[in-house]
Amino acid sequence: MKHIDFSNSPRIDQVGVDDRIARITARSIKKEAKMQGLMMTLSMIDLTTLEGADTEDKVKQLCYKAHHLHDTIDGLPTTAAVCVYPNFVKLAVNELKGTDVKVAAVATAFPSGQSSLEVKLLDTKLAVDNGAHEVDMVISRGKFHSGEYNFVFDEIATIKEACSKDVRLKVILETGEIGSLDKVRQASDIAMFAGADFIKTSTGKISPAATLPVTLVMLEAIRDYYYETGIMIGMKPAGGISNAKLALQYLLMVKETLGGKWLNNQYFRFGASSLANDVLMQIAKQKSGIYQSQDYFSKV
Amino acid sequence: MSRIEVLKTYKIFIGGKFPRTESGRYYPLKHNNKIIANMCLSSVKDFRNAVVSAKAAQGSWAGKTTYNRSQILYRMAEVLEGRKAQFIAELETQGIAPKNAVQEVELSIDRLIYYAGWCDKYVQIHSSVNPVSGSFFNFSVPEPMGVVAVVAPENSGLLGLVTQICSIIAGGNTCVVLASEKLPLCAVSFSEVIATSDVPGGVVNIITGKQNELINNFASHMNVNAILYCGSDKKVIKNVQDLAIENIKRVFIRENSDYFDAKHDNLYYIFDFQETKTTWHPIEQIGGSGSGY
Repeated sequence: MKHIDFSNSPRIDQVGVDDRIARITARSIKKEAKMQGLMMTLSMIDLTTLEGADTEDKVKQLCYKAHHLHDTIDGLPTTAAVCVYPNFVKLAVNELKGTDVKVAAVATAFPSGQSSLEVKLLDTKLAVDNGAHEVDMVISRGKFHSGEYNFVFDEIATIKEACSKDVRLKVILETGEIGSLDKVRQASDIAMFAGADFIKTSTGKISPAATLPVTLVMLEAIRDYYYETGIMIGMKPAGGISNAKLALQYLLMVKETLGGKWLNNQYFRFGASSLANDVLMQIAKQKSGIYQSQDYFSKV
Repeated sequence: MSRIEVLKTYKIFIGGKFPRTESGRYYPLKHNNKIIANMCLSSVKDFRNAVVSAKAAQGSWAGKTTYNRSQILYRMAEVLEGRKAQFIAELETQGIAPKNAVQEVELSIDRLIYYAGWCDKYVQIHSSVNPVSGSFFNFSVPEPMGVVAVVAPENSGLLGLVTQICSIIAGGNTCVVLASEKLPLCAVSFSEVIATSDVPGGVVNIITGKQNELINNFASHMNVNAILYCGSDKKVIKNVQDLAIENIKRVFIRENSDYFDAKHDNLYYIFDFQETKTTWHPIEQIGGSGSGY
């Protein structure tokens, strides 16, 4: 493999990005296209619960919701996955037996990533051994800021090795802590070359979490990587995406940056907890013509 | 050089802010064939946004102590008193006779004081301890319904509007109000009174526009718990009642009326938008008195 100098990642034109986002958010998506987008959004959600207060029962409810989004509306998809802490993986796998819903686990000392490589590997092993289909790891932001790109690269590569072949690795950059768009681009390049199957914006524990500009920069990094290697990397914005309108804008951005090949849950996910309900309310509104209330949708 | 007067842009009031209608549409408000102002012709999306704000604000508004709600309503009266001249001038611009304008503003202030006074008292009036056969302490208290959609009276731009708003929020509800189409100026200015009286954003939301464009959504929105229609159009009333069925919305009709009449100082206007919650609390049966408490 040729040597790559990550300090030479392309610089980002902030004004250009903002301008592009402004044009995307001004777009209006209606009727059939909206309905199609809403259904697609549901099928791309990683239904997430990552609270210290999570209990087995809450995870069970979440799993049930993942494949019974709203039973009074026919023809709804299931979500793509549920996303939980490693200690709930076994339970989630069990609950989701016989469905297409995947189980994703956050690992590597989530959310801060402040631990030794041994601990991170054990954390990953716990998730994988319990049957997780996907692992969401965090990068060491401290090392990244110190300019130790090789350390970050090697860590991702090591975790990737620890995942068995059919486990997909999502690498969380935690863009809210990374800072400028230039750095986001750099971190995206490192993650992809180190073996990430997905790059993901945030843990959801830091504000700002996913934003449209950050996601656009990451999508462009994915596109450039694809041109260079022919490998399709997935994208997962996570945190702060709580309404349907915003979700549709993300889809629009994916379509226009990467094309239709990425518009499925193999290559695009939303990490979200409350997005599903807002999308369901919008679907119900499209079908009935009546504005809906949260009171009539499940709370989980 | 003579000074150019700075005219006010009449906007709508949602979530404590003063946006323009998202639709960008306006309707000219005329008196004697002269345009007085361009009013926002609000769309159903403005209404939807207002409901989101009202719903978000309802819990904490109902959770405030009744005494605090009373203080806030009293504060609204104080602020309105300080801006009397502006409201009188606005009523006159819309064609109300000067004498009536003064009376309408003063009565609006007094009505706010009337309902402010009830805030920390109506619960006691309507609560009860109920005798039941069994070892339970059984009691009932009124609780706010939630979000109330209001079609304000067409013929009373300030007093009618104030009467409805303050009786609804006194009881811990939040509201989305469609102002009178022909007399909307004071509604917008009254929202400035609300915004500067410690009323939390979203408790009162006021939009302007055409009733026939919005009323179906007022009546059908699943997140609205009650609707108050001030008017006498039989067709509209039936339509509202039909659409309200979906989420068993409570429907109240107040026919056109003289809002100067003291009958609108009415404690039952608060109770209209209250539900009764009854609690069965298990207790030990004590003594020969038969009383459990």
